[in-house]
Amino acid sequence: MSETAKSHPDADEESTTEKPPAEAASEADDNATPVTDGSTAIVRALENGGVEHAFGVQGGAIMPVYDALWDSDIEHITMAHEQGAAHAADAYGVVANEPGIALATSGPGATNLVTGIADANMDSDAMVALTGQVPSDMVGSDAFQETDTTGVTMPITKHNWFAASADSIGDTVGEAFALAESGRPGPTLVDLPKDVSFEETDVEPGEPALPAGSEPPTTADQESVAAAASTIERAEKPLLLLGGGVIKAEATDTAREFAREHGIPVVTTMPGIGTYPEDDELCLSWAGMHGTGYANMAITHTDCLIGVGTRFDDRLTGGIDTFAPEAEVVHIDIDPAEISKNIHADYPCIGDAGTVLDQLTEAMDREPDAREWREQCQTWKDEYPMDYSIDKDAPLRPEFVVEAFDEATDDNTIVTSGVGQHQMWASQYWEFTEPRTWVSSHGLGTMGYGLPSAIGARFAADDDQGVVCFDGDGSFLMTIQELSVAVRENLDITVAVLNNEYVGMVRQWQDAFFEGRHMASEYNWMPEFDKLAEAFGAKGWRVNDYDEVADSVEAALEYDGPSVIDFHIDPDANVYPMVASGAPNGKFALSEEQL
Amino acid sequence: MSENQQGLQGPPPEERPHPDGRRNSQGIRIDPEVEAEPDTQTAMISALVEHEPGVLARVAGLFSRRQFNIESLTVGPTTVEGNARLTLIVEEPEPGIDQAKKQLAKLKPVISVGELEGRPVRSELVLLKVNGDDPDRVQAVTEMYDGTTLDAGPETITVQLTGEYNEIEDALDAYRQFGIIEIARTGPTALARGSTPTTPGEKPAAEATAVGVEADGGGDAGGDSAESQAETTN
Repeated sequence: MSETAKSHPDADEESTTEKPPAEAASEADDNATPVTDGSTAIVRALENGGVEHAFGVQGGAIMPVYDALWDSDIEHITMAHEQGAAHAADAYGVVANEPGIALATSGPGATNLVTGIADANMDSDAMVALTGQVPSDMVGSDAFQETDTTGVTMPITKHNWFAASADSIGDTVGEAFALAESGRPGPTLVDLPKDVSFEETDVEPGEPALPAGSEPPTTADQESVAAAASTIERAEKPLLLLGGGVIKAEATDTAREFAREHGIPVVTTMPGIGTYPEDDELCLSWAGMHGTGYANMAITHTDCLIGVGTRFDDRLTGGIDTFAPEAEVVHIDIDPAEISKNIHADYPCIGDAGTVLDQLTEAMDREPDAREWREQCQTWKDEYPMDYSIDKDAPLRPEFVVEAFDEATDDNTIVTSGVGQHQMWASQYWEFTEPRTWVSSHGLGTMGYGLPSAIGARFAADDDQGVVCFDGDGSFLMTIQELSVAVRENLDITVAVLNNEYVGMVRQWQDAFFEGRHMASEYNWMPEFDKLAEAFGAKGWRVNDYDEVADSVEAALEYDGPSVIDFHIDPDANVYPMVASGAPNGKFALSEEQL
Repeated sequence: MSENQQGLQGPPPEERPHPDGRRNSQGIRIDPEVEAEPDTQTAMISALVEHEPGVLARVAGLFSRRQFNIESLTVGPTTVEGNARLTLIVEEPEPGIDQAKKQLAKLKPVISVGELEGRPVRSELVLLKVNGDDPDRVQAVTEMYDGTTLDAGPETITVQLTGEYNEIEDALDAYRQFGIIEIARTGPTALARGSTPTTPGEKPAAEATAVGVEADGGGDAGGDSAESQAETTN
């Protein structure tokens, strides 16, 4: 245990004494200090929502809210940078299945949150951002640290509010909380002018409640379900495509039952990783740009694609013209606007993923006759194996590092990542079996997501769950300051840097599409991350050779606190399979020559 | 260069079977032999919204960031206090119009969205300033198109016209001979014909309560709206 950890309570002990949210809330009702002003109303609204952790950075305009947190049981984690606070809150929400809370002051505090809010918005992650704002009478005067935060965040939130009065501020925060997690989740933001936070009020906010008219759909139209059911029954090559929405809807078990009961092979999207065990025979892992060859063959040849909680993103579909070109599409989604947005849905089923899957099962009289198709899928698994060979004298293969961690950890271990090649290797070579164990930046593709999300995930994870962050050298350097938080809070997380001293994914594309002109993708020099980790107060290792991998992995996992292993991998390693942008999924390349 | 094998095993792309089917740019399966992209259509969309600060920015921002082609947008109050009606003319292929309506309905202050199909009652108001050299002939044209003269000075005459798009365009053609100096147009606004509500579930003030507006008219976006009875569709 590092020295810095001694001044902090033992993380394990702390979480075992935590009360379930309901009990905590009722106790708050009995013992909590009364609401006296806008700030105490804001904190009470969070407590009413069962909030136990919040991530943020102090600053002038948000000071009254922080002062109110002094008297609250909510544990606040001071992050090094507001972007880190937003990513930590986002990841906390993903793992805990409740909105993560991020706090920041006005102006730069709020704008630093923006990347994290946009990330949560793209991945439909529930998050509530609370931002300080200059006093109401100074708004619009270009005051110190003033930014039009509701204006800036309008396109990247489900909704945002400019708090107008202390009397209503608590219920506004409650609404923001409820809206963030309802239906298709997403980030919300409440901008809190300092005078409103200071303003006296004794209005106790109620339980978080949805704004009128925001109730999400639950069951799908029965006629659509019946039509979809008969199409699935008649299908010869049915395929279930499970997206991140299945996890958000807590419909993983239902989706697994659906696939098994009807004998339908499964592919997932990248955010859908964990919806279905990847070691199961029916599972073909994830499809898309760097998905498995067999998943991309299946999605190309299916005659009935059942998409659940997926938005048919371009990284999944490849070229629209050749996406599942023979398939009748059944699309189950809670957001009507996702239906036929990118891919036309022949059978739209708008509702909750689990509910609609149950409706479908209810409506089906027989299983599709898909025995040959299942065999075909197995054949593709054999034809396009995710295999690599290693040469012990050559530089480290990143895939080997990922597999070494996977083998050394339990199935419930949470994996977070930055964005780039390392993210693809982690998602390809880690065998995921459980939902909420893959935490990554999918839609926005935010380099630097890995470390702060590991911190957020650590606070939400069970005590017996490990947290491993795969990062690239470039990604790690973008938010490395958050290591100070991990050390201060003595968080048991392990960062595996797959270091090739490149912006590797860019370098790979330059080799394939820009004649190898490595413009601004070669770092040429990187700090020694093991020593940097030690300087922060974490434990650090540097690994160059295969025979050091197992021992360093074991030591890092055993170390009770933050640790960093700087793996110097083969700088020429590339990510395959790869579907070039806009190309047919079925024409995935297995090497650069095939691009 | 390392000794590592780069790439994976398996049949190369050209050796793999690939289905013949195709989708168009809207993701709709098509006959590859008679490939056709959908035509752009003009749709009139009416949205009932909470009249709160920023609602216009939310709608305008949505159309801008999703690249929906919008020809005009009008806003004004309805019979229900605290509600407003937005009337938009959108030019998109059919899936784009559908998508615009659905994205609009997702905005929190949007209560309900309807498309005015068939023959809605629609009209536009135009203010027109023309050269005043020949007031008698200007007056004759104004009478012909049921316009109103709002201001007549020694140099300019300002006229108000109302009507449907074609009527307005015909009138403008007639005024061109005098020399049009300035034009201000509201853009068309519309209601559904007969007893059909313009947006689904819409009710007059006597039967509806404004959504999201406090009794004291404070206009706080996050105000208490729990007792709202208005039927909503978003």
